[in-house]
Amino acid sequence: MKAWLAALATASIMLLPLPAFAAALEGEAQRQPVNWVAILMFVAFVGLTLWITKAAAARTRTASDFYTAGGGISGFQNGLAMAGDYMSAASFLGISAQIFNDGYDGLIYSTGFLVGWPILLFLMAERLRNLGRFTFADVASYRFAQPPVRSFAAVSTLLVVSFYLIAQMVGAGQLIKLLFGLPYAVAVVIVGALMMLYVLFGGMRATTWVQIIKAVLLLGGASFMALMVLAQMGFSLEALFARAVEVKRQAALSGGATMAEAAERGRSIMAPGNFIKDPVSAISFGLALMLGTAGLPHILMRFFTVPDAKEARKSVLWATGWIGYFYILTFIIGFGAIVLVGTEPSYLDGEGALRGGGNMAAIHLAHAIGGNAFLGFISAVAFATILAVVAGLTLSAASAVSHDLYATVFKHGRAGSADELRVSRLTTLALGALAVLLGLVFEKQNVAFMVSLAFALAASGNFPVLILSLLWSGCTTRGAAWGGTIGLLTAFVLTLLSPAVWTATFDLGPAPFPYSSAAIFSVPAGFLSIWLISLLDRSPRAAVDKAGYPAQRVRAETGIGAFAASDH
Amino acid sequence: MSDGPDEQRIAAVAADPRYARLVARRAKIGWLLSAIIFFAFVGYLLLIAFDKALLGMPVGPGVTSIGIPVGLGLILLAIALTGVYVAYANRHHDARMAALLIDHGFQDRVA
Repeated sequence: MKAWLAALATASIMLLPLPAFAAALEGEAQRQPVNWVAILMFVAFVGLTLWITKAAAARTRTASDFYTAGGGISGFQNGLAMAGDYMSAASFLGISAQIFNDGYDGLIYSTGFLVGWPILLFLMAERLRNLGRFTFADVASYRFAQPPVRSFAAVSTLLVVSFYLIAQMVGAGQLIKLLFGLPYAVAVVIVGALMMLYVLFGGMRATTWVQIIKAVLLLGGASFMALMVLAQMGFSLEALFARAVEVKRQAALSGGATMAEAAERGRSIMAPGNFIKDPVSAISFGLALMLGTAGLPHILMRFFTVPDAKEARKSVLWATGWIGYFYILTFIIGFGAIVLVGTEPSYLDGEGALRGGGNMAAIHLAHAIGGNAFLGFISAVAFATILAVVAGLTLSAASAVSHDLYATVFKHGRAGSADELRVSRLTTLALGALAVLLGLVFEKQNVAFMVSLAFALAASGNFPVLILSLLWSGCTTRGAAWGGTIGLLTAFVLTLLSPAVWTATFDLGPAPFPYSSAAIFSVPAGFLSIWLISLLDRSPRAAVDKAGYPAQRVRAETGIGAFAASDH
Repeated sequence: MSDGPDEQRIAAVAADPRYARLVARRAKIGWLLSAIIFFAFVGYLLLIAFDKALLGMPVGPGVTSIGIPVGLGLILLAIALTGVYVAYANRHHDARMAALLIDHGFQDRVA
């Protein structure tokens, strides 16, 4: 039971921690024996990506190269890179582990993660590309006074990225300890150092290619696993489900349940379980996932790496397709693990739990299907996945500091490209060091709430500011900057008061805010504040802001004046 | 931002009735598709919150439950709607917008 909990906690680090998952990150992941095949495969991946970084470094001369790869990424490539940003090691290991334990509930996660993408496309993708240059703040502050809106966007980016990054670093350390048998601190330092090399020297070009390679490896590996599972079931999903239900029934029987209870337990994996308790939490959680996706700075930044709105649209279509396909694979892999791993004593400890922790379902399945070599491959892909995700996060935070804060707020737009580039790189170094440090500090802390906090912040601050600045002529500087801040603060405070943090993390007793996600209150708080403050804003600047809307709208709709593919 | 001699021509684009029609049409499609995916997902969540048993009912004689095609269907719906929008925008919308921009002297903005 304890190993199961520890594993679930690790799984939930990079996923949304929901009540069932809010269990503390107690009991660290068990260290595994050193896996040489995995290490060799990983070294090969690192060698390839460093070679790409070297090639990219030679072509990274201007700020545009650094932030957006010169705008020369195609829609197909960008779609893979976006999918890569989204398919974290935890969505692979965590969702398959959740399905291994509870069956159907894993699918609810997957759908929630996916539905934000179409909305991002329908309402924002083209306008983002047409108005923006390097960061989403370019778009949010387009017709407004620069310092207040840029400062809001930069602070929001740093907050969202920091929480996301801490969760990734801690998850990385635990996972690598688990998969490779390396000590936690060594794992965190390796991730931090490699990520810094990619971003520092290769900028967006290297970060994008690392992400593309990893996405292809992950999709390839997961496809192979799902195919092998289906092949053993005669390519029948019904046969797979039937076997899984039978495995769960037998397990319940040998656990001392009556026939009726065991049958009930077996069938339970085909229906939603305890994943969602009350309707308010359900809707709130859905809103955070859906709208948060459309406010994540490291995802939004990728819209500026393609040449035009047409390619921006294609990016989202590819990304949605790959991510959706990946979640379907994960679903098959999770059920495959119930049948092939859950029945094989060599993968289980004395109490019937997975060896190495519940996060290991997909990893053991890789071994069951392809032996040590494939196990090594999948482990190396999981490591590569973490690396690629933290590189993207760091790049977006570095851009917020150098482009939004330094070049625009402090230098009033008069910083040279070389100057801005220097600040980006210094920020990358600082962020890399900070990420490693925080990873070490938070090793034994419960960081499970941090990704859900990042999504809630993005949904409550960035999303309302972007939507209203793009679509509502009445939005003003004051409204965007202060209203966005109120949305952020509401999400932040309510998350602190929620059960996952108040009760599970800090052990302060019953939580003052009873729901698992703040979004159902904080997203409307963001929208209403921006609306009300803009409405009451009678400043001279407000008149300028409103007068700027028609010209912004035409540019957003047509791409007139959009920054071209390459500015050098 | 990049203000310049374009301002007159931009105003002319904005005043063109074809522009208004194009933009209104795309906005309508964008909001309609957003509403479809939004309510499909919220409906799914409400079903989970209020009637878990319904999703657990078998589809046929086997064990496969109603929840499986519903959940997988939602994933496919997200991909399909995205495809519908991109097909419309890249085939129809862009061509008409490009023709309009050329009429107003923005050849350089049209690939």
